[in-house]
Amino acid sequence: MVELKVNGAVRQVDAAPETPLLYVLREDLQLNGAKFGCGLGQCGACTVAIDGAPAFSCLLPVGLLAGREITTVEGLGSPDKPGPLQQAFIDEQAAQCGYCIAGMVMRAHTLLARNPSPTDDEILEHMSPNLCRCGAHMRIVAAIRRASSRKEASRSQRGAL
Amino acid sequence: MRFGHLVTLLIVVALVGFGLTFLQSRPLKPVDPPRRQSFDDAQVRRGATLAAIGDCASCHTAPNGPAYAGGVALETPFGVIHGTNITPDPDTGIGRWSFAAFERAMREGTDQAGNRLYPAFPYNHFAKLTDDDLKALYAFVMTRQPVRAQTPENRLRFPYSIRGLVTFWNWLYLDDKPFKPDPRQSDEWSRGAYLVEALAHCGACHTPRTKWGGENSKARFDGGDAEGWWAPPLNGSTPALEPWDAERLTAYLRSWDDRHGGAVGPMAAVTANLAKAPDADVKAIAVYIASHFGQPDVGKKVRLEVLLSRPEPDLGDDAGLARGRDVFKGVCAQCHETGAQVPFTVQNLAQHTSLFAPTPDNVLRVALHGIRTPAGGFGPIMPGFAGSLTPQQLGDLARYLRARFTDLPPWPDPTAAARRLMNQPEGPAPAPAVAPKAWATAQ
Amino acid sequence: MTLPDCPALTRRAALAGAGALVVSFSLARSAFAQDQVQPPQNIGREPKSPAPLPGSLKVDPNLDAWIRIGSDDSITLFTGKAELGQGIKTALLQIAAEQLDVDMGRITLVTADTARTVNEGFTAGSHSMQDSGTAILHASAQVREMLLQLASARFAVAAQDLKAQDGKVVAPDGQSVRYGELVVGSELHIPATPNSRLKPLDQRRIMGKPVRRVDIPNKVAGGPAYVQDLRLPGMVHGRVVRPPSPGAKLEAVDAGAVERMPGVLKVARDGDWLAVIAEKEWQAVTAMRALAAATRWSQPTALPEKTRIFETLAGLKADTTTINQKQAPPAAAVHTIEAEYRRNYQLHGSIGPSCAVAQMQDGALTLWTHAQGMFPLRKAVAEMLSLPEDKVRCIHVEGSGCYGHNGADDAAADAALLARAMPGRPVRIQYMREDEHRFEPYGPVMTSRGAVALDGSGRIVDWRYEVRSNTHSTRPPGAGQLLSAQMLEKAFQPGPPQPLPQPEGGGDRNAIPLYDFPSQSIVHHFVPEMPLRVSAMRGLGAYHNVFAIESLMDEAAAAAREDPVAFRLKHLKDARGRDVVQKAAEAFGWSANATRESGRGRGFAFARYKNLGAYAAVAMEVSVDRETGGVRLLRAVAAVDSGEAVNPDGIRNQIEGGIIQSASWSLYEEVQYEPRRILSRDWSTYPILRFPALPRRVEVHIIDRPGQPFLGTGEATQGPAAAAIGNAIADAVGVRCRELPMTAARIKGLIGG
Ligand code: FES
Ligand code: FES
Repeated sequence: MVELKVNGAVRQVDAAPETPLLYVLREDLQLNGAKFGCGLGQCGACTVAIDGAPAFSCLLPVGLLAGREITTVEGLGSPDKPGPLQQAFIDEQAAQCGYCIAGMVMRAHTLLARNPSPTDDEILEHMSPNLCRCGAHMRIVAAIRRASSRKEASRSQRGAL
Repeated sequence: MRFGHLVTLLIVVALVGFGLTFLQSRPLKPVDPPRRQSFDDAQVRRGATLAAIGDCASCHTAPNGPAYAGGVALETPFGVIHGTNITPDPDTGIGRWSFAAFERAMREGTDQAGNRLYPAFPYNHFAKLTDDDLKALYAFVMTRQPVRAQTPENRLRFPYSIRGLVTFWNWLYLDDKPFKPDPRQSDEWSRGAYLVEALAHCGACHTPRTKWGGENSKARFDGGDAEGWWAPPLNGSTPALEPWDAERLTAYLRSWDDRHGGAVGPMAAVTANLAKAPDADVKAIAVYIASHFGQPDVGKKVRLEVLLSRPEPDLGDDAGLARGRDVFKGVCAQCHETGAQVPFTVQNLAQHTSLFAPTPDNVLRVALHGIRTPAGGFGPIMPGFAGSLTPQQLGDLARYLRARFTDLPPWPDPTAAARRLMNQPEGPAPAPAVAPKAWATAQ
Repeated sequence: MTLPDCPALTRRAALAGAGALVVSFSLARSAFAQDQVQPPQNIGREPKSPAPLPGSLKVDPNLDAWIRIGSDDSITLFTGKAELGQGIKTALLQIAAEQLDVDMGRITLVTADTARTVNEGFTAGSHSMQDSGTAILHASAQVREMLLQLASARFAVAAQDLKAQDGKVVAPDGQSVRYGELVVGSELHIPATPNSRLKPLDQRRIMGKPVRRVDIPNKVAGGPAYVQDLRLPGMVHGRVVRPPSPGAKLEAVDAGAVERMPGVLKVARDGDWLAVIAEKEWQAVTAMRALAAATRWSQPTALPEKTRIFETLAGLKADTTTINQKQAPPAAAVHTIEAEYRRNYQLHGSIGPSCAVAQMQDGALTLWTHAQGMFPLRKAVAEMLSLPEDKVRCIHVEGSGCYGHNGADDAAADAALLARAMPGRPVRIQYMREDEHRFEPYGPVMTSRGAVALDGSGRIVDWRYEVRSNTHSTRPPGAGQLLSAQMLEKAFQPGPPQPLPQPEGGGDRNAIPLYDFPSQSIVHHFVPEMPLRVSAMRGLGAYHNVFAIESLMDEAAAAAREDPVAFRLKHLKDARGRDVVQKAAEAFGWSANATRESGRGRGFAFARYKNLGAYAAVAMEVSVDRETGGVRLLRAVAAVDSGEAVNPDGIRNQIEGGIIQSASWSLYEEVQYEPRRILSRDWSTYPILRFPALPRRVEVHIIDRPGQPFLGTGEATQGPAAAAIGNAIADAVGVRCRELPMTAARIKGLIGG
């Protein structure tokens, strides 16, 4: 039994401590947000926040996470009641297949929590560990900009950096 | 440092006595930027490979900036120095420098206007370049794309901000005797010696420095410091066990060696630039450096064999080590041990030099910030764990790695080191792209 | 996610059993049958009716195959196409909602499912809007007309005086009747007719609007959205152990220790196919790694030498066809340009490795998969398992974007084999990253040679073009097309590779330029033998051919000393083509004699996808670092004409994504291999574009053509974006890279010291 704090709730999970967090989130806790993309820390599809910092859940065994605050995309809102960053992704229609998007939202979330008005270059640099194959990048950046508190970003500048 | 201050004060007083004329040199006459046609193509091409071996781009090209337009901030113990714009832009670069001015800068560390350059620019090495090579380098830089870019002001602490002081440094450390090949050695070795000493300036990082920032000639290649990274010894004094020979060094300098891995940190830029150098030159460098390592030491060989075949050592009841093992098994082993055949991983870390370092800094920097390859590059990607592992976990991991993969005494307080390094904002260390072919054959 | 609970059903059975969903209309057939319609024909075959039915209505003309209205007012829409992240669900809902006059939210959409929907073949080739969109457009309009007729009978008011409105039919006096009431006791199992009364353009509220996609909220907030998210009761997890290189034979395996690992239920082997099933997913992964370590494989030297791949391709036997020829009296050529263009193997590289879930129950198999063709897959899987086709049901559930034939079908086959090994329990498999990278069918290596002759006035007088390529489709329905079926004890062999016929073409897709040259000859050398397994990848041959043709056009423009845009217009008659070229040039601010900073360049390219689909022109600005050969994208401007734009934002999204993806292909991507094995096994050995390399701006301009047929858009910019980048590089540094990808090393090699 491992105890995890996920999206504010303490959960008991019957998993071996060396199981990567990703598998526990998906299978034991039935959360869909974090995705398997590579299992190697190369793509960011599995990104979650741990104590507010971005983390690759595919490479983090649950046994190391005692007492730490884990946030997944489900912790930011729901399909019916999306959080502000999620809403920004919806407003910008920032997805094609969307497989990368939950990871993108989480990585962006950790940026905005630390730096509410990042420059475009800061956004690009911060997002660099996450891959999107469909080419939804411009919209993802637009969504992050929209959710930021940058003044000039209040209106959509989709397609432009 | 109090003694240091006293000395400086005396020097400053002395300076006033001598007068500034002594510390400056006469300016050289500006010329019209030479035209591309005035250089021979073959000469330009040779200059390009020399510039690659000289690693010019590392200090003279800002990250994502235009090539050779300067602006790189170099942290030194004396303050921040900026790499200058060496494109042939007439106003902000060196477009108006005659060959004589270029030569004087390279050999004496004095710019066209007569100002002393700081020895972060390794003219103490370049002084030994042949005239032909200097001409080729001149042809190369003068045919680059001119870029208008003002080099930012240096931020050096007083009294180092007085350029003239470099004059004294030059008395101490500038040896401008031309390079002389050693007749007892092979041509290849001599070529390597020339490239390393006159151009590649390996000693600038791999030789410890004196208090005044000069290379300690009594401890050549005994290991030094490069932008906060440990630059390991390039001779028999290395604590690492996996031997280096010319072949492995060539592979490493070419991009990837299956035992030692690839370059990270500041060395990555060096190998990335070397990619443009001809095979023969890289091999010559490797031969020369390998000769400093000497014949593999039998004692080390035995120790390595023991380490490579040793099962998980007994961790006793050391809870920290047990935690470190859990971190290793849960995180690192997924690529470094499980047989997942993840490309660009050193499968047995007992072969990895950085675990034998005097401090855990190199290991921790990589664990914290990961490794990445420039855009589109075929090469390692290692995620950083700065936010996901705690300093305690990283410290435990470092302790475990040292205990499991080396036979050296533990590092003092790696957790404190992890905490200190974690707070240094730093992107992942870029690694050079690897040639797929080289990698395939290394497998 | 709603899951059909019935494991295996035939489509008819599902229709009959769906209770309230089935609606019956009884209307005099003659009211609609303006033309005699043939009964439904066989799958994929065109009926021989004089006036063809629009879109996929040809496949199944029965209106209730597409739309059903329940007495509870529920509306269900059926499509044989699948959502691949292209936003097709939303566009189809828009069409139906518009024509039926209901809210989009009122309609339930059922996508490709062998038990429930029409067989619309593959969701591929940018055909979804053309085929299914068109069918649904007409079916919905005809159902609406039928509802009006029914109401007309009920109210005794002429149909043209009635109005369909928000799920009701409203009479002039204000009385109204709900659709659900109208359909009670009626029969909808009637065929559609070739002509429909479509809602007038000026009355449209939903079509043509940038309606928000229905699938995005779940995707940004962790709702179930993908086959990867399916969790069936009692589900277990499988993983396959792939050989070290394609074609290697499994010589020995010692599974004992693995069978005793925690959670492991079974190690399954059939010939060279080896897999493990465990209770939990991570257990399956660790068991698979352990199992892989306990195998011994023979290592045939099967793969080609990468450095010699173009010679290898040139040396393989080819079937040569001249696919297009135009002759004119010989003109005096002043310039001739000859050049060879090359493309390396590239891979689809879905971010989510392929996944499938299968369950074998009472001798019937249900398969949840994100493959692109449910019916062909059913046929292939049935053949592999020696089951009758009606014992296999394939249900499409979304996966990660696929961009063509990736590992999805193979994963479905693996799921089927795993389900057979563990009857009763649903088995899920998701590939590991290296399974997907090493074993998906790649986009083929290609070469082409062009020879262009210009006269003294800078006009092209003769154009010769030859393209050499493997097939661009090795998709099912043959069991031999499934990777694992080739590895079984009783191995299935893939059928002989076939070229895809013109006018769409495969390797020769878009090999015929849309320009008007007085004399031309276009030749296709189809090479059946495949050095590496290949199949359809977004754009097929069009990616390479448009890159080559549009690069050659720039080479010719340079020889004629003309501006590339003006030069194109000079040779282009097609009016819609001219429009997108002009639009893109104007929006980009293209001018013939713009001065540029050195190291910067701009490039232009144009094509009509397949010469049948959407028109697209792309203008691109880049900077090139002369020292490294590295290319930086600065800005891209595209103009596109997809016919009537149902969802302009969806089109924009596809075009933006296409440009970014093509940029990644064209600058970085090539599969690395050596005789012993595939080296590209993850993102470090197959790097793709990351955020910092994005252009600063991507702009898409849509030329809407209301009332015109829908033209497939999804693949329209793969070729033009590549060529625009190549042309911009040539403009920036004066060297032309004729090999894809245009890596920094290749460009630096061309620039020299
Ligand atoms: S799945 Fe974790 S980084 Fe790719
Ligand atoms: S939207 Fe498909 S991978 Fe990003």
